[in-house]
Amino acid sequence: MSGHNPTSTLAERVRIALNNDFLRNAVRFTTERLRTNKQAAAEQIGNWEEWRERGRQIRLHTIAHLDYYLAQFAENLRRAGGYVHFASTAEEAVAITLQIMAAKQAKSVVKSKSMVSEEVHINQALEEQGIETVETDLGEYIIQLAGETPSHIIIPAIHKNKAQVAELFSEVAGEPLPADTAVLAAFARSKLRGKFLEADIGMTGCNFAIAESGSIVLFSNEGNARMVSTVPRTQITMMGMERILPSWEDLEVMATLLPRSATGQKLTVYMSAINGPRRTADGDGPDELHVIIIDNGRSRQLGDPEFQEVLNCIRCGACLNACPVYRHIGGHAYGWVYSGPIGAVLTPVLNEEKEKWAEVANASTLCGACYEACPVKIPLHDMLVYIRRRNVEEGRTKRTERLGMKTYKVAVSSHRFYQLALKLGRIGQKPLVRDGQIPTRLGPLKGWNNVRTAPALAERSFRESWQALERELQQEMAEMSPQVKARLEELAGKRGDRHEQ
Amino acid sequence: MKISLFATCLSDAFFPRVSEAMARLLARYGIRLTFPEGQTCCGQPAFNSGYWVEAKEAARRLIDAFRDSDYVIAPSGSCISMIHHHYPALFRDDPAELRMARELAEKSYEFSQFLVGVLGVSDVGARFPHRVTYHPSCHGSRLLGVKDEPLTLLSHVRDLDFVPLPFAEDCCGFGGTFAVKMADISAAMVTEKADHVRETEAEVLVGLDMGCLMNIGGRMRHRGQAVRVMHLAELLYEGVRMADERA
Repeated sequence: MSGHNPTSTLAERVRIALNNDFLRNAVRFTTERLRTNKQAAAEQIGNWEEWRERGRQIRLHTIAHLDYYLAQFAENLRRAGGYVHFASTAEEAVAITLQIMAAKQAKSVVKSKSMVSEEVHINQALEEQGIETVETDLGEYIIQLAGETPSHIIIPAIHKNKAQVAELFSEVAGEPLPADTAVLAAFARSKLRGKFLEADIGMTGCNFAIAESGSIVLFSNEGNARMVSTVPRTQITMMGMERILPSWEDLEVMATLLPRSATGQKLTVYMSAINGPRRTADGDGPDELHVIIIDNGRSRQLGDPEFQEVLNCIRCGACLNACPVYRHIGGHAYGWVYSGPIGAVLTPVLNEEKEKWAEVANASTLCGACYEACPVKIPLHDMLVYIRRRNVEEGRTKRTERLGMKTYKVAVSSHRFYQLALKLGRIGQKPLVRDGQIPTRLGPLKGWNNVRTAPALAERSFRESWQALERELQQEMAEMSPQVKARLEELAGKRGDRHEQ
Repeated sequence: MKISLFATCLSDAFFPRVSEAMARLLARYGIRLTFPEGQTCCGQPAFNSGYWVEAKEAARRLIDAFRDSDYVIAPSGSCISMIHHHYPALFRDDPAELRMARELAEKSYEFSQFLVGVLGVSDVGARFPHRVTYHPSCHGSRLLGVKDEPLTLLSHVRDLDFVPLPFAEDCCGFGGTFAVKMADISAAMVTEKADHVRETEAEVLVGLDMGCLMNIGGRMRHRGQAVRVMHLAELLYEGVRMADERA
């Protein structure tokens, strides 16, 4: 399957992405639009930082008491007539789903967007059983036709342009369709309408699960989630175990943060709350509602001071849109289900194959744009460093790198060694220096010098010229103004006070 | 009052003119800097790559070198944010070292932060008749919060034609070892940054961190884009000299 090939290396996937101009233009265009919209929405609401802090506090509290709220949610949902299943692994989630399918003798499934269902690869499992599975979110429908996986958390087909979509849809239609958004959307709508009506099972994800009432809350812009959760007789909802919110009051904060962070919308177009299966007085809804609560590596983060906060994520995709690395390589290069900065953390953290996913955390400059964009202030840039540190501690780095760092350690351990290293460097660089630069593309300089020119070590380091400079400065030193003097003393004095406390 | 210069390994080894400009400029305010020779590197290259044992070695040297200093000033937002933001994580298991790391953080300042925030200077009296654009480095602006200080200083320079850099906040792709490990992505990022600099038609690109400036400057030089790359301290000092000459 293209777009999801974990057997390839990160470097290979990156090269493929960087050579795909269609992808890079499409990703650049859409992420730019989304982050501009987000910024406008944040400015419009005014006290955005306070909302962020409020969101963070709610998520911190919820995850700290996740066992309590999960139990409350399950109890309330069961009381409303829903079935609650707990799956500790992806395999278990698939097995539970297939059991329900078998009991219902299901032949067809319509799905609304769910990242956790991508995580457990449910589509593949259903297709293997001969159960027709149709994604009904437009973006998901597009990538399903293309045989790909989502390359963005909320815009799964962000890497496709109109012409590529027209090509895919024309194949289904059996006739050429124009690359016109209205025509293409209308085609998908008419095609999907039939699927909604005949499906045995509706599968949804879950944006938030409200513990106090046992409710599932879905955010969508196309209305497809509402069709999926009302037309078929049986509904299966998959949710990561951390999707919980204690109360409806907390949802208000999330409903303010999520759409604004994701697309810059003040409100999502459809916000559906499902309070259990259909009751006698209800006009519609499934007769049977199953909720599968999936762990799949999440509970391992509970109690880990470095990673517990990653469970605070509300899957808005703002960090992807802000990320300068994602901007150039898109989502598939990350290799697993989640991409961008949150993907670079979730992938090595949730998966148990540490060796295979170790490298993904290197796909970041640690610029902090993700943290700045995150509506619940997850310190992703710090977590990426923690993952790298664990890679080092557990021996998952290259020998040459380890050797380089050993040398570094010696060089920085004393200024004498440091100066010696500079001297040796200056001798070594001599034959390579041209006009103060080192243009060679040999050895470790290859990656840098392919597109840049490296500077040469200065003929005299700063420390070597310091004595002369200091003497010179002493002669022309200005008188310090009383204000500056007072200010310096005042600030330094305050520090002293603090220390004594 | 002991005010010390932390040259940072990049400026010390590759760009001594930057620390020199900083020392000369501060001397005009009566700031007599000291240079504790025990300093080497802040440890960031190792820290960011996950080699915390190695990073600690560097951090300990730095803490030790500046133990007696009342103020520490560096021409880098990135190295100072390393001290502020990451030293506490690095030494979190040792209360004694953690306390010393916090003491260093408390007295450490990036150059423009010190000039504007501590000395209260917004106009150094410089003149610089050139078209200039500014790249805000990520660590200095996001982690350390130094956003307005350099713009305040630039806005008071006479005859300076300031052009905002499009997508200024986007990372230039340096990221320390990232530029070597993820060379292809880094190349794509720095190329886009250099394109944005070209759009401004600026003669000079100014910044607060030599890592980023070495990256962007190296890219521009490689493709023959004639833009002068300067640290803010260099620009201000040159501008002050220019104003002196005219007076």
